[in-house]
Amino acid sequence: MTARARLTRMDRRGFVKALGGGVLILVSAPALAAPEWELEAQGPRYPSDINAYLHIAEDGQVTLFSGKIEMGQGVMTSLGQMAADELGVDLDVMHVVMGDTASCPWDAGTWGSMTTRFFGPAVRAAAAQARLVLTDLAAQRLGVPRAELVVEKGVVYHTANRDHHVSYGDLARGQQITHTVSEKAVLKSVREFAVMGRSPKRLDGRDKVTGGAKYAGDMRLPGMLYARILRPPAHGATPRSVDTSAAAAMSGVTVVNQGGLVAALAADPELAERALEAIKADWDVPPATVDGDGIFAHLVSEAGDPQTPVSEGDLAAGRTASARTLEVEYHTAYVAHAPVEPHTSLADVKDGKATVWASTQSPFGNQPQVARALGFQIENVRIITPYVGGGFGGKSAGLQSVEAARLSQIVGKPVMVDWPRRDEFFNDTFGPAAVLKIASGVDRAGRITFWDYQVYAAGGRGADVLYDIPNRRVRIYGGRDREHYHFFGTGPWRAPGANSNKFGYEQQIDAMARAAGMDPLEFRLRNTKDPRAVAVLRAVARASNWTSRAAIRRDGRGRGLALGADAGAYVAHVADVTVDRATGEVKVEKIWCAQDMGIVVNPRGAEMQAEGGITMGLGACFSEELTFQGGRIITKNFDSYEFTRMSRVPEIEIVLVPNDRLDPQGGGEPSIINMGAVIANAIYDATGARMTRLPMTPERVLAEIRKT
Amino acid sequence: MTDTIRFTLNGKAVSLETDPSRKLLWALRTDLELTGTKYGCGEGMCGACTVVVDGQAVRSCVTDLASVQGHSVTTIEGLSAGGELSPIQQAFLEHDGYQCGYCTPGQIMNAHALLLQNPKPTRAQIVEGMEGNLCRCGAYKHIRAAIEAAAGQGRQS
Repeated sequence: MTARARLTRMDRRGFVKALGGGVLILVSAPALAAPEWELEAQGPRYPSDINAYLHIAEDGQVTLFSGKIEMGQGVMTSLGQMAADELGVDLDVMHVVMGDTASCPWDAGTWGSMTTRFFGPAVRAAAAQARLVLTDLAAQRLGVPRAELVVEKGVVYHTANRDHHVSYGDLARGQQITHTVSEKAVLKSVREFAVMGRSPKRLDGRDKVTGGAKYAGDMRLPGMLYARILRPPAHGATPRSVDTSAAAAMSGVTVVNQGGLVAALAADPELAERALEAIKADWDVPPATVDGDGIFAHLVSEAGDPQTPVSEGDLAAGRTASARTLEVEYHTAYVAHAPVEPHTSLADVKDGKATVWASTQSPFGNQPQVARALGFQIENVRIITPYVGGGFGGKSAGLQSVEAARLSQIVGKPVMVDWPRRDEFFNDTFGPAAVLKIASGVDRAGRITFWDYQVYAAGGRGADVLYDIPNRRVRIYGGRDREHYHFFGTGPWRAPGANSNKFGYEQQIDAMARAAGMDPLEFRLRNTKDPRAVAVLRAVARASNWTSRAAIRRDGRGRGLALGADAGAYVAHVADVTVDRATGEVKVEKIWCAQDMGIVVNPRGAEMQAEGGITMGLGACFSEELTFQGGRIITKNFDSYEFTRMSRVPEIEIVLVPNDRLDPQGGGEPSIINMGAVIANAIYDATGARMTRLPMTPERVLAEIRKT
Repeated sequence: MTDTIRFTLNGKAVSLETDPSRKLLWALRTDLELTGTKYGCGEGMCGACTVVVDGQAVRSCVTDLASVQGHSVTTIEGLSAGGELSPIQQAFLEHDGYQCGYCTPGQIMNAHALLLQNPKPTRAQIVEGMEGNLCRCGAYKHIRAAIEAAAGQGRQS
């Protein structure tokens, strides 16, 4: 038995005891299959152990315990909707406890748009099973067969005589029932939904508009100290000497210099900051030769051998059959997650136990990291995740939790590590810069003849096409987060890989449509029979009133199209832009996004996630680019890392394409993947300039316009 | 250097014996335990720390305590005194003007000041007034709708 399984069992026993009366449903779902790239990227397989707890209390209140976290994506509400609907209660009796390793079941982490797709079914099964358990109790209580009972808003009625009823709370009273779900419960069909498929007010809303919502940095413990940690001037730098004497002499300041961790601590964070400034350090800094312009040659030359996940047909024959061939190289920049809440953890290490309140997407990932750093058994570390102020893939690593825990262990007091913005830009696991090399051809009938695709550093997610291309090869160089390849940390950034890959691949498709003298929509429809792809293309064309035109406009106004699939969802975008040919400024007038995400649990939440992805994608389109010189991160704050502000948000229209035959799919990531290509294709339509590098700054747009 | 700083906070007189060069943000978050006001950038660039001083939005992370001596400071906690949401908070709730919620107190306080200055702003004035408040989740459309709705009620928020 693994340490993790032991922990789960122990905690479960204590947990059941602590809950007191009521009905507790434990869900044990079978191992849920995830695509290979997700498993590869995310370590341990989604657990086959216990996935969720659901508790019905004696007052009829229902609590779902989930190892997922709420970082703005709205899953607190949508998971609550799923449980409420299957259980047959109103959302207002639902409570959702998230991300606490002591009371919630193990979970891999909140990322990859997996909460609704893979965790949602387990929650629904638990709630459906709970309904069966409760109606069995009701059948005994009322003395009628279960088949004659119906559940409405937490009350079980005898269908023949509605005066004959009993509430869930009454049934739970005096009971202490623990039921483990193992069989597959019958879930509601879409037509039976009473809580799902609607957009109720979010469960976290009131907390968030009153300032009452607690984030890790809002936690307070008696005697706690704030830490400011010494950072090297560049990644890879090593200290020659560190002099903490001036800081240590400051009143109210504690200095730590142990095992490579140098920090100034004080009850007042500004005093800790001044003390850090008083620490003198000399560094050996490795020579830096590569910057944001030179990185692309570096990524290619250092890539090593590729993986070749796709190799079909005969590329040479395809080339021979081509009327036109195109070979284009595309580049994307390093991007920061830049959540407005920096990484923050408050750690309290005492009596051989550690409690850490962490801003993290991965409480159960932080737990063993902290345990290792402290030399503790894993069961002596508890991670509690309050609301998380944005993650976007950047809050998966647990560095700040480890720092806080180590410092707390050393100084014997609770320690808050709340990274200043400069630390956030230094320690971020940036979305990697990438190189895409695409060679492709098209015949006289407008069919794609061959496709030879090479991606460097972005990884394989979204690298293969949705088009029917018989002669096709995909080569992936350097993986996504390969060590010693980049000069600083890299990691997943909203729809990791897919947004980089689509930037090149959907522009190449557009370029081939133009080369074939075809309208970009017709060209795509001619080259794919995938019904979901066709459906979103037709939906976005209808919404945007797409009119066929083979020739580009070139009058400063342009319209682009892009198609993609990610996290089980299909998306097609249309963008209208105007380009100022004198300045290179691009104004996005409107974006349409058609999305097929299967059953929609919360339509408004789904739309907001799609809008959020589009808005974040616009930043990557126009301005987001990390500035660096080797391991030295030059970007320090928002003045040198511009992302989308209110004035840059165009009109956005989300079209949710109905597909109730498919279980709910991902929603947080898909809408971002097409943004680079749809805008670049629109700029091409407006100007004839092909933008092969992200971000498409006014200078770069102007430079390309001048080449046309 | 310690001084006595007196000001009005959410309608009540407060007094702090402290260094007047400290920033309002940290005094609010630590000494006064009002954690609704958030740190985002520390240099007045993101708006997460916005509070209202004498009816004007200010970035509390770059505001010295000395400068609020004798003035009236309102934080997010002061908008719903007594438990009832103010119109601008109600509008943010109704229009889902938030996702992760971290920038939200700053957005609401900036909008509150905007409506105090200009109870009937045009859409362009709203966008201009909110330009310095960053939202990484991209809830801008809903934030704008919330402010328009609050303004449309014809009441000061």
